Amino acid sequence: MTAVTAPAAPPSLAEAAGDHQKKRNYLPYVLLAPGVAWLVVFFLIPIFYAVSASVQTGSLDMGFKVTWDWANYQSTFSTYNTEIIHSLIYSVACTVICLLLGFPLAYFIAFRGGKWKNLLMALVIAPAFTSFLIRTIAWETILSDHGWVTRVLSDTKVSSVMVHLGLLTNSHQLLNTPFSVIFGMVYNFLPFTVLPLYTSLEKIDPRLHEAGADLYSSAYKTWRYVTWPLALPGVIAGTLLTFIPAVGDYINAYMLGSPNTQVIGQVIENEALRDVFGYPIASAMGVILTFGTLAIVLGYVKKAGSEDLL
Amino acid sequence: MTTLDAVGDLRLTGLTKRFGSFTAVDDLDLTIPQGSFFALLGASGCGKTTTLRMVSGLEDPTAGRIYLGDTEVTHTKPYKRPVNTVFQNYALFPHLNIYDNVAFGLRRRGVKDVRKQVEDILALVELGHLAKRKPTQLSGGQQQRVAVARALINQPQVLLLDEPLGALDLKLRRQMQIELKRIQTEVGLTFVHVTHDQEEAMTMADTIAVMNAGRIEQLGSPEELYENPATTFVANFLGQSNLVAGTVAGKEGDVVTVEAHGHRVALPSARCRPDSGAAIIGVRPEKVQLVAAGGAAPDGHNLLAGGVVSDASFIGVSTQYLVKMPWGQELAVFEQNTGKEIFRPGSEVSLHWDPTQTFGLDGGQDIEAGAEIDDEAAK
Repeated sequence: MTAVTAPAAPPSLAEAAGDHQKKRNYLPYVLLAPGVAWLVVFFLIPIFYAVSASVQTGSLDMGFKVTWDWANYQSTFSTYNTEIIHSLIYSVACTVICLLLGFPLAYFIAFRGGKWKNLLMALVIAPAFTSFLIRTIAWETILSDHGWVTRVLSDTKVSSVMVHLGLLTNSHQLLNTPFSVIFGMVYNFLPFTVLPLYTSLEKIDPRLHEAGADLYSSAYKTWRYVTWPLALPGVIAGTLLTFIPAVGDYINAYMLGSPNTQVIGQVIENEALRDVFGYPIASAMGVILTFGTLAIVLGYVKKAGSEDLL
Repeated sequence: MTTLDAVGDLRLTGLTKRFGSFTAVDDLDLTIPQGSFFALLGASGCGKTTTLRMVSGLEDPTAGRIYLGDTEVTHTKPYKRPVNTVFQNYALFPHLNIYDNVAFGLRRRGVKDVRKQVEDILALVELGHLAKRKPTQLSGGQQQRVAVARALINQPQVLLLDEPLGALDLKLRRQMQIELKRIQTEVGLTFVHVTHDQEEAMTMADTIAVMNAGRIEQLGSPEELYENPATTFVANFLGQSNLVAGTVAGKEGDVVTVEAHGHRVALPSARCRPDSGAAIIGVRPEKVQLVAAGGAAPDGHNLLAGGVVSDASFIGVSTQYLVKMPWGQELAVFEQNTGKEIFRPGSEVSLHWDPTQTFGLDGGQDIEAGAEIDDEAAK
């Protein structure tokens, strides 16, 4: 108020400005607080517990103690390397297939959808209105040995081709194979690829395609040098949103797979629930999964950022 | 020889484009000589942009043919034509910097070493110092120059300009008009320029085709079109005209007399289209002078008496009048500021002008044709 009554006094003006600045400086923290609190309680503390549990020994009866025993990590890699590899292969395959299916789909909706755009996108998301679990159980029924899908594929010899390609072990069974696991994952995660891709593609001015054609680019070259680089942010976002949940997913492997298609998530669940010694090793696997995924994602983003993805 | 090596005049024969039941371009025959600066002038929706898009290959004609010299390119893919476009909103690639935008066409044709050419063309449009910037970091005028450079670097047979100056403000537009004209003279390519701005067309083009409803109304040099419009549409669309309906009263030697609203107006027979019957006489506002009612006009001048000034705007170099005539029509007069008396609204005046400045059009046309469209397009 002094600033008003004594307009010529610089100290009070500076003071007032200082007050103002202080108030402004607090605001971002106030706004951030709920989010930060949430992350601390539900992310940082659990991670801390998981990391500490992973280097403990003991049992449920005797209690666990931090002993800095790294054996949990060692035994994870030696005992469960197959499951880790399964997780990686399935999630990478799922991500790649989602991109191959999702890109044309998103492209079609973005550039040819016209007035149906929003409806078509709603249809892409529509399956998500049913529970993930229920949809996967439905596929278990559809792909079952006596189901019509298996019969038709077998009768038309498509299954035999798939056996030759190493996708199936025999032509009378779709379920309990890597094929069915990846199939289920693709089905479940496809919308996560399509949504960000669509957002990126939809922003591209169709006149840029005309400019490409005008500047000696065939349809392929226009796609390669105009559409693809402009869609890249969507490609990166879409593949990440697919890969990250896919690598930790075990519902598909559990419902549509067999003991031969076990993934890391299943092992973690088994270990954690199994017996008195399970906690530390489950934690170690969780830590490996979390930080392994993080490392892969960081490497991918760095590589993608430098635009030599193709 | 591939279509990319085609050379020569651009010829359109019977070119037609229909969208459903709408005919955008209607049986167009046109030859654009190699090396000329050609403008397609018309209001929005007249088919000029569709014509351009058919030449570039972005639109497929419903009927007719397009030739470059002796090579037919009617249905050739756009990327196989030696034709490049400067798009209306430039359509610069947002993910590439200026250098890569300009190099795009050369690289797609497999040219390995583009550096020298890119640097030269960027120097031509005076943008060398901005090569590393992205298009969004440039002003409208700079983006426009990038778009021109990106097209020109390919040394196309024909450069198509689709309202390239539409997004620029007036001052920049004038500057770019001169710039484009300079570049065209320097590189000597065929430029086909689509615009709704008649001043822009007149400033830059050697030849203008005025288009209306999918057809060419008239084709000629800017002077020809301005001095001798063939239709009321051209008379009104290209500049402003005073058009008065009348009837041919007689012809004596090379002077035709037209009677209009009780006045006899003389004009050279060479500039009068009808020989008899209904006629429309026209005179440009800047050729007309005013005298106070009852005052004397110079000998031999055409005279329209009985006008009342309804509006007078003094704009320095000239005064623009609207004069209400006894038959209800308002005529425009631009009087140069030579220190003469300025008439206030309400003054009774007569209009007079040199008969040789009069043109005569066929009667029966809408004397308002083209006038409203120009106002709309100017917004």
